[in-house]
Amino acid sequence: MYETTYHRPGSVAEAAAMLAKAEDGKLLAGGQTLIPTMKQRLASPSDLVDIGALAELRGISVKDGAVVVGAGTRHADVAASADVNGAIAALAALAGGIGDPHVRHMGTLGGSIANNDPAADYPAAVVGLGATVMTSKRSIAGDDFFTGMFETALDDDEIITAVSFPVPEKAGYAKFPNPASRYAMVGVFVSRRANGSVRVAVTGAGPSVFRVPAMEAALAANWSPAALDGLSVPADGLNADIHGSSEYRANLVTVMAKRAVAAAG
Amino acid sequence: MGMEGIGAPVKRKEDRRFITGRGRYTDDIALKDTTFAWFVRSPHAHARIRSIDTSAARAAPGVIDVLTGADLAGDKIGGLICGWMIHSKDGSPMKAGAHPAIAAEVVKHVGDQVAVVIAETRNQARDAAELVEVDYEPLPAIVDPAKSCDAGAPQVHPEAPGNLIYNWGLGDEAAADAALARAARIVKLDVRNNRLVPNAIEPRSAIGSYDPAEEHYTLYNTSQNPHVARLVLSAFVGVAPEHKLRVIAPDVGGGFGSKIFIYPEETVCLWASRRIGGRPVKWTADRSESFLVDAHGRDHVTHAELAFDADNRILGLKVHTIANIGAYMSTFSSSVPTYLYATLLSGQYDIPAIYAEVDAVYTHTAPVDAYRGAGRPEATYVVERLMETAARELGVDPAELRRKNFIRAFPHQTPVIMAYDAGDYEASLDAALKIADYAGFAARKAEARARGKLRGIGFSCYIEACGIAPSQAVGSLGAGVGLWESAEVRVNPVGTVEVLTGCHSHGQGHETTYAQLVNERLGIPIDQISIVHGDTDKVQFGMGTYGSRSGAVGMSAVLKALEKVEAKARKIAAHLMEASEADIVIEGGELKVAGTDKTLPFFQVALAAYTAHNLPAGMEPGLKEGAFYDPTNFTFPAGTYICEVEVDPDTGKTEVCSFVAVDDFGKIINPMIVEGQVHGGVTQGLGQAMLENCVYDMETGQLLTGSFMDYAMPRASDVPSYNVTTTETVCPGNPLGMKGCGEAGAIGSPPALINAITDAIGNNDLSMPATPEAVWRACRAVA
Repeated sequence: MYETTYHRPGSVAEAAAMLAKAEDGKLLAGGQTLIPTMKQRLASPSDLVDIGALAELRGISVKDGAVVVGAGTRHADVAASADVNGAIAALAALAGGIGDPHVRHMGTLGGSIANNDPAADYPAAVVGLGATVMTSKRSIAGDDFFTGMFETALDDDEIITAVSFPVPEKAGYAKFPNPASRYAMVGVFVSRRANGSVRVAVTGAGPSVFRVPAMEAALAANWSPAALDGLSVPADGLNADIHGSSEYRANLVTVMAKRAVAAAG
Repeated sequence: MGMEGIGAPVKRKEDRRFITGRGRYTDDIALKDTTFAWFVRSPHAHARIRSIDTSAARAAPGVIDVLTGADLAGDKIGGLICGWMIHSKDGSPMKAGAHPAIAAEVVKHVGDQVAVVIAETRNQARDAAELVEVDYEPLPAIVDPAKSCDAGAPQVHPEAPGNLIYNWGLGDEAAADAALARAARIVKLDVRNNRLVPNAIEPRSAIGSYDPAEEHYTLYNTSQNPHVARLVLSAFVGVAPEHKLRVIAPDVGGGFGSKIFIYPEETVCLWASRRIGGRPVKWTADRSESFLVDAHGRDHVTHAELAFDADNRILGLKVHTIANIGAYMSTFSSSVPTYLYATLLSGQYDIPAIYAEVDAVYTHTAPVDAYRGAGRPEATYVVERLMETAARELGVDPAELRRKNFIRAFPHQTPVIMAYDAGDYEASLDAALKIADYAGFAARKAEARARGKLRGIGFSCYIEACGIAPSQAVGSLGAGVGLWESAEVRVNPVGTVEVLTGCHSHGQGHETTYAQLVNERLGIPIDQISIVHGDTDKVQFGMGTYGSRSGAVGMSAVLKALEKVEAKARKIAAHLMEASEADIVIEGGELKVAGTDKTLPFFQVALAAYTAHNLPAGMEPGLKEGAFYDPTNFTFPAGTYICEVEVDPDTGKTEVCSFVAVDDFGKIINPMIVEGQVHGGVTQGLGQAMLENCVYDMETGQLLTGSFMDYAMPRASDVPSYNVTTTETVCPGNPLGMKGCGEAGAIGSPPALINAITDAIGNNDLSMPATPEAVWRACRAVA
C-alpha cells in the first residue's frame, strides 16, 4: 500500500467537502474492494475519506411502498432485516449471498453500487426493482445510475446517501457464482409490480448491469419460467474470461432468469 | 492399545498453540536490526536484460543496498540445482540449463528475479523496487508444453536444444508393442493433468543472518527439509560452508511439496546479509508472489493405450507423456515425471507389459516440481481413466473389470521397477462397494433424473509408492541424496524424553504421533515427551518430510533408537534389581522383573543412568541413543475411492453427492490424524478435478490465474461429508508395518470424480478441471 492521508468526517456534508478538496480522494465505506486494491498497489488515492462510521448513512426503513436502505448499511444487516425480508425477500436474499460473512459484515450497499463492479449483485437489484439512488446532491433513477464498467453517474464529490427500492408484487434473484471469486458469473433479478410492469436485470454477463426487454415482455404476458423458453440474449458483447465464454454466459442468463422467476413464485 | 499408544485417536498436541494463534512461523521471528528484502521481478515471460539502473532505488528512503545478478556472479554464488540425474533413452544426461538465483542476462518466466532491494522496512524496499529501471528486450515465449519441442519454438536454455531436457523411457517397448499387436481390444485415451498452484496457507519466507565475528550464517526458512537446504546451499550453491550454516525451519504452515525445494529467495537473503555487513535480511512472499514463483505441480500431456484380450484381461500398456518442467529445473523436478510417475503405471493390476516414454520440456513458465502425490496422481489419473473408459467401451461393469485384473499374489514384481510387497485390493473394493451402496445406484440415478439432474458414479482403485526411499535403489536411479532417516532419543535424568528427528512437521502431527510411539514402547505419558525437529544445530542430519515418509521411514528410525535405549535401560534395571537382563520387561512406565513383583519406575532407571553411582561394570553413563534407518523397499498404500455426482445439465454445475474412501495404509498410529489426512487429500484432489487450474496466456506467458479471484480453491461447500474407512494389510518392509497416508487422497480422488461426471453426462471427453462450462459443453456435445 502506498501512503495516503486518512480522514474521518463527522457528517456527509463534511465528507463531501473533504472529497472536493482532496487531490485524488476516495471514499472509504466497508473497504472490501478499495482496501485490497490499495494493498496490491493498484490504487493510490491521495486521501481516504472514511464514511464507514457515519450513523446518518445507516439504517433501513419501509415507508410509502418503498424500502429505503442507507448507503452505509452492511450487507449482513440488509440480509437479516425483518423489514426487508417482509417487503422484498429477494433483496434480503441477494444481500445474504454477497461474498462471504466477512465481506457481508463490512461491505455496504453504497460502496457496492458506487464501485459498479460488472459482477456485483446489488446493481441487479437497483435496476431490477427500478430503485432510486439518493445522493448528497440529488436523486438518480436506477436505470440512469450505472453508466459503464466501474462507472456511474456520480460526480467526483457526490456521495450516495440511500437507495429507495419500490416494493414489488413479486421479485426473485438467481445467481450463478464464479467458482473462484464467488462474484456473479451471471445474476438475474426479476420483479413484477402491482401494475403488471416487469423488470429483468442482468449482472455479471455484460460490462455493466442491463435489462432484457424481450424477457420483460414475455413475463408481463405470462409470469412463469416457461414464458422464457426460447428467449435468450445474444452472446456478442457479453463478458468472456477463463471462467466462462460469452456463449456460456448467454445460456446462464436464460437459465438464471427462469430460476429467478421460479424463486419469485 | 493404551490411551496414548499406537492406534489411539489422541488429540494433536500441537493444535493448542496453532488454534490459539501461538504458532511461531518464520515471519513471526523478529531478529534485532532486521532489514527487509523486496524482489524486482520480470513482467515478461522471456526477455533479454539490456541494462539495469539501480541509482534511483539506491537513493530512495531507507534503502541499504540494491543487488543484481551481476553482483551475485561477482561473488561467485552458484546457480540452483536439480538433485536427481535422469538419463535419456540414448544414454545422454539430462540437459539442465543454468538457474541463477537472480537473472543477469535473460529472464525466463514472469516473476523471475532481476534485482533485490534491501531496506529498513518492507514498504520502503517495495517502494524502491519500483524505482529500479530495467531495460528489457522482450522475446517470444513458449508456454504450451505440447508445442515447446516444435521446430521454430522459442528456446528457453541454450543447454537444451529444442527445449527437450530428456527423452526417457521405462519398461519393455517391444513387449508393450507386441501386447498391443495381439490385443482383442485397445482402449486409447488422451489426458491432460492440469497445472496447479500449491497455495500453502503460510507463504514462503526466509531470514538470512550473517555473523561476521564467527563467519557463521543462520537461515530461518519455510522448509520441509532444513538439512537438505543446508546441504544444497553449502555444497552446491556455495553461499556458506556447511559447518558454518545453521538452517532452522520453525513452525511451517503447510507445504504440500512446495517447501521441499531450495529457492532463489532464501539463497539471496543469506548472501545479502553478508553483503550488508551482517544485519538480518527478511523476505516474506505476498500471495501474488506465491502464485508467480512457488514451484507449481502436475502439468502433463499424455497419450495412453491399454490392450485387452478377448476375456477382458489386460495384456499391456503404452504411455507417452510430455511433462512441463517450466523455465528452470527445480530441486527434484526431474524425478517427478519419471521415477515417481511411470513406476506406478501398473496400478493395482497385473499388467504383463508396460512401456512409458516421457519428454521433459522447458517452457517460459514458473518451475514445476513435486506437489502432494508428485507423479503418482498423474499415473493414477492415466490408469484409472483408462480403466473406466475401458469398462464403457467393453460394455462391462467398471468394478468388475478392475476386480478381474487385480494383482492377487504378493510380492508382485511389476514391469516398471516396483515390487509390491503386500495388499488386498479386493478387500478395499468390496468394502467401498458396500459403503457406497453400489447396488442402489440405479435407483438413485432414476430419482435424480426425475428432478432433472444427471447422476453418475465413478471409481478409482489407486496405488502409490511411499516411504521414500531405499537409498541404494534411488541412488542407482539418479538421486543425488540417500533417503534414509535419522533419529535420536534423549532420556533426561527425570525420565522425560526428547525425540530428535530429521523429518519435519508442517501439518502432519509428528509432535503427537511420534510421542505415541514412545508411549507405546516406554509407557511414558505423551505430555512428558517432546519432539524436536527443524533445526540443523539440534538434529544432526535428516532428509525431511515429503512422499508420505515420516511414518514409515522417520518413525522406523525412532523405533531403532528406542530399542537401543530400551536395551540399555534393561541392563541398568537388571543390575539394580539383581535380576537377569532377559527377565526385564518394560511396561506402563516401569521396568519389571517378569514373574516377580519387583519393579523400578522408568525415571529411576534414567536417574541411575545419569548419576552413574551404580551402573553395571564398564557401562557409560547417560541414556541417549541415535539411529539411522534406511528402508528396504517403498511402501504401497492402496485403496478404492467411489464418487457420486449430480450434474445440472442447464448450467454444467457438478455437485459431489458422496465420496467413499477405503484406504489400506497398513498399521495406523493415530486414526484421527489419518482421517484428517484423507479429508485434506481428497479435498485437494477434488479441487484439482473440478476447480483448480493454473492458466498462462499462451502467447504472452502472463499468469492469468494470479490470485484467488481467478484461481478456484475448493471450499467446504464444494465437497461432501466424506465417508472414510480403512482396511489393513501390514507392510512387511518396516518394523511398524506402516505404509503412509499423506498423499493418498490427492492421488486417488481426481479420476474418481472425472469418472463420475463422465458417467453422469454420457460423454467421456472431459478434461480437468471439470468447470461448469466444460461440463455444460460436454453435455451439449452428446445431447
